[in-house]
Amino acid sequence: MSAISREDVAHLAQLAHIEMSDAELDKMTGELGVIVESIASVSEAASIDIPATSHPIPLTNVFREDVVGPTLSAKEALMNAPDSVDTRFKVPAILDGE
Amino acid sequence: MASHIDELVDFDVALEKYDPALGFEVHVELNTKTKMFSSAPNAFGDTPNTNVTPVCLGLPGVLPVVNKTAVEYAIMIGLALNCKIAERCGFARKNYFYPDTPKNFQTSQYDDPIAYDGWLDIELEDGEVFRVEIERAHMEEDAGKLTHMGGSTGRIQGADYSLVDYNRSGVPLVEIVTKTIQGAGKRAPELAKAYVAAIREIVKALDVSDAKMERGNVRCDANVSLMLKGAEKLGTRTETKNVNSLRAVEHAVRFEIERHAAVLNSGAAIVQETRHWHEDTRSTTSGRPKSDADDYRYFPEPDLVPVVTTPEWIEELRARLPEPPAERRKRLQADWGYSDAEFRDVVNAGVTEAIEETIAAGTTAAVARKWWMGEIARLAKNADVEILELGVTPATIVELNSLIESKKVNDKIARQVLEFVVAGEGTPSEIVEKRSLAIVNDDSALGAAIDAAMEAMPDVVAKVKAGKLQAIGALMGPVMKATRGQADAGRVRELVLEKLGIEG
Amino acid sequence: MNELIHLSATELAAKLRSGEVTSVAAVQAHLDRIAEVDGGERGIHAFLYVNTEEALAVAAEVDAIRAAGGAAAEALHPLAGVPIAIKDLIVTKGQPTTAASKMLEGWMSPYDATVITKIRAAKLPMLGKTNLDEFAMGSSTEHSAYGPTRNPWDLDRIPGGSGGGSAAAVAAYEAPLALGTDTGGSIRQPGAVTGTVGVKPTYGGVSRYGAIAMASSLDQIGPVARTVLDSAYLHELIGGHDAADSTSLDEPVPALIASAEAGARGDMTGVRVGVIKELQGEGYQAGVQARFDESLDALRGAGAEIVEVSCPNFKYALGAYYLIMPSEVSSNLAKFDGVRFGTRVLPESGPLTIERVMAATRAAGFGEEVKRRIILGTYALSAGYYDAYYGSAQKVRTLIQRDFDAAFELADVLISPTSPTVAFKLGSKTDDPLAMYLNDVATIPANMAGIPGITVPGGLSEGLPVGIQFLAPAREDARLYRAGAALEKLLEDKWGGRLLDQAPELSVATTGGVA
Repeated sequence: MSAISREDVAHLAQLAHIEMSDAELDKMTGELGVIVESIASVSEAASIDIPATSHPIPLTNVFREDVVGPTLSAKEALMNAPDSVDTRFKVPAILDGE
Repeated sequence: MASHIDELVDFDVALEKYDPALGFEVHVELNTKTKMFSSAPNAFGDTPNTNVTPVCLGLPGVLPVVNKTAVEYAIMIGLALNCKIAERCGFARKNYFYPDTPKNFQTSQYDDPIAYDGWLDIELEDGEVFRVEIERAHMEEDAGKLTHMGGSTGRIQGADYSLVDYNRSGVPLVEIVTKTIQGAGKRAPELAKAYVAAIREIVKALDVSDAKMERGNVRCDANVSLMLKGAEKLGTRTETKNVNSLRAVEHAVRFEIERHAAVLNSGAAIVQETRHWHEDTRSTTSGRPKSDADDYRYFPEPDLVPVVTTPEWIEELRARLPEPPAERRKRLQADWGYSDAEFRDVVNAGVTEAIEETIAAGTTAAVARKWWMGEIARLAKNADVEILELGVTPATIVELNSLIESKKVNDKIARQVLEFVVAGEGTPSEIVEKRSLAIVNDDSALGAAIDAAMEAMPDVVAKVKAGKLQAIGALMGPVMKATRGQADAGRVRELVLEKLGIEG
Repeated sequence: MNELIHLSATELAAKLRSGEVTSVAAVQAHLDRIAEVDGGERGIHAFLYVNTEEALAVAAEVDAIRAAGGAAAEALHPLAGVPIAIKDLIVTKGQPTTAASKMLEGWMSPYDATVITKIRAAKLPMLGKTNLDEFAMGSSTEHSAYGPTRNPWDLDRIPGGSGGGSAAAVAAYEAPLALGTDTGGSIRQPGAVTGTVGVKPTYGGVSRYGAIAMASSLDQIGPVARTVLDSAYLHELIGGHDAADSTSLDEPVPALIASAEAGARGDMTGVRVGVIKELQGEGYQAGVQARFDESLDALRGAGAEIVEVSCPNFKYALGAYYLIMPSEVSSNLAKFDGVRFGTRVLPESGPLTIERVMAATRAAGFGEEVKRRIILGTYALSAGYYDAYYGSAQKVRTLIQRDFDAAFELADVLISPTSPTVAFKLGSKTDDPLAMYLNDVATIPANMAGIPGITVPGGLSEGLPVGIQFLAPAREDARLYRAGAALEKLLEDKWGGRLLDQAPELSVATTGGVA
């Protein structure tokens, strides 16, 4: 476990798409440092032979039959849209395509 | 950014020095009735944002539920690719921000795909069989559709804004990933095309996908790298996206081989990056380099529980598999009586199903082949598109054939009619009607034309009278001209003989 | 004060059934109470939205059905006409849902959560949406973007969190029932510090469809009420299988009402109650420990067998929770990006690209605590750290489940203080995230293991409520109601009434204002 640096936090903020000012980065770095230190013991407890639990109650094979259900109207779909054109959501330009 | 190379290295020259390695990620859109995780209809081309539920829009509070049929289709694809089927597997979240991805994560599978370790034998054009190893086939969901507006190109670069339609959001996908393919050498582009064709053929035969590449039902990302001959370590690869026709797959692989060779020859290094295929220029351009943004932070999807397969379930699905394509091909060739070469041409042209449907709709095997491999192939070649992209249907061929058989049109006119069909003028019968292309065998109309011809060519008439019946041919030209080519040649001959009182 | 608001939900339901009281009158009494005590400078501020018109309309509908009599009246749910408040993390058509975040200011859901569909079907008038820590992240309701909720016992103190609004509404007689959500204690800890009852059901016992996800593998919707029996009625109403939630248990709801009624006889003979060694002592206030010990005495006196159990891995629970929860948070909250719904904020300068709009939107729309958890979760999941953080935390989760399994070999239910402290002063921990996190040390293990928990009032310390928590094995929620109702009965007999009867009268004059 390495200490969390300001650069780490800046990178994480970028990954999380949250703009942060220099002051915010400083504050967040300090707070996260304390938190990360306090939870470091977790990796000591977890030895290799212990299975991971991702779901608290172990269920399997929960499926839905392939039957069409009700849909939203375009009006309902768009009712909270910050911006739209006809029945499509409008977003600012995308910098980079994939 | 990638080093820019204007000159490519000639393909054959490149492969004297380098060995190519390939890898493919093929996304297959399943044709289930509903989406992967919601009961919204899985339908293409409707009014934007009408085939959506709160789940498809990723609204606050929604939860996914797995479509059982999609899981079964994924297993069937796995079985058809000779894969092992996981006894237990789960879903994972792939986290990245993009406006076509409503939750800003894609629900996918990560370290436990439903199918893994398979293979597929690919028959190349000359009959050689090349085995492609399949690493995995996993389930995931499609993204919405972005349309880039403004700017000059309609492309993402320079667009002013984009519009988003989430009708496609959540459509079930199976992503099929190969292991690294080495040893194809000069046949790499051909193998690439044949591999994707084979996948398309399989998912179509399974009836788990509409399998139309032009509609994006089957999409291919092609990885290419070069290594010096004799080298042990693979070269740096690029991933070319948006390769959405069989020919494009072939061309993209060829282009990247030529480009890689040029970059490497110049002493520069290949940048590991995404590249975009452009059909118009038949070239790739740099997308974005692999970066920290590719830290997808996968973790098990807490809202979905694992899938456990039993041997009984798998066997039940295996029993639903259709005849494997290779065996099917053998059977069809025998049924149709095509030679090896003829049949291979049909397969390579991708028109096996079209011919099968045409025969089923009522023509002979020979007639079906004559049209698909003859005139339709010629038109496709002229238009520089895939045969099936012309949009000719088996019904059109049946109709054309019956027009010929009923002597409404002759072969030559029928070929013209086909061109008009391709141009979108309507069905063959409509076109014949609209353009007045029916053969003129109306005796009075023909009679007038024949009389005129005979009057203009007394010497020919004399020859015929003298018994040189083949001289009738000389009358044919003017008659055809007068009837704009629509005269029935047989009937013209009969009428001439009749007029001269000669027994035919 | 109108007498109707002092009735428990089941008492009110009985009067509605007998025709002694109309639902409209009951709803109006609560709306009046909300108007009196909720708004203004020193108001409780339990509500973010008051649903006056619809609540009265539903009440009138119930009254009409009752008045008409016959099969339709017979078929009414026992709680029909009893008003309820909804934590504003649960989506509702026709009422705004904000999650107490600026991000969702003005957002109207086009669909109802499954629990809301059930509440509509049972015809409980919804009084409105209650305050919470933004996206349910906090233990004090101070992280609400719309201002904190005050504890009715002491207006300068926190009502707990994240569901401080629901707990305070019930404690201040603004509603007889409320819905909460519990990810690490957000129903139970507010219940403890406001002297009310709250239940976190077995994971999967109540559909999560329509509860805005904080940490999907930990979240549960549950009942908030003033009595154990009221909780049981509400729990049975909202519980049960939902095909829209893949983690929902496909099993009948246990007989919770019957268990609560059985427990209310105050007999604990033959019930083994396990005291969790690790959830007491150091870090627990003396007054809290004293009330806890008295509760054990009461149970022992009623025939319970008190045993000590040890859960050695609980010491890792808080750390593991603060890895798993933020990891899931970082992913669950990614959808709030200003593209499809919610606030969109443009960057102050520079090129207008979607990436920058998303980043500006999320910077402006999320509060500090939410950002902190998103960044922490992004860190825990990021390449190179996953195994050490998220992966290890999942293993700790297994260890905690094993601890519980072993403990439930020795005991039918487990017991601990719900919260290590009584309600603290507003503002006293907002600058110390870690101190805030420690409030949930006793409630988190249940979420990690998916097991059910209840908090019931255990008395006062320094004039402030102390909560006692019971835990039961997964799917054994009925045991909580049996034990909870028994302790409630034993303590109320001792106090000569409900704990809330000892709460100071809220001065209408000082609060004033209109919500």
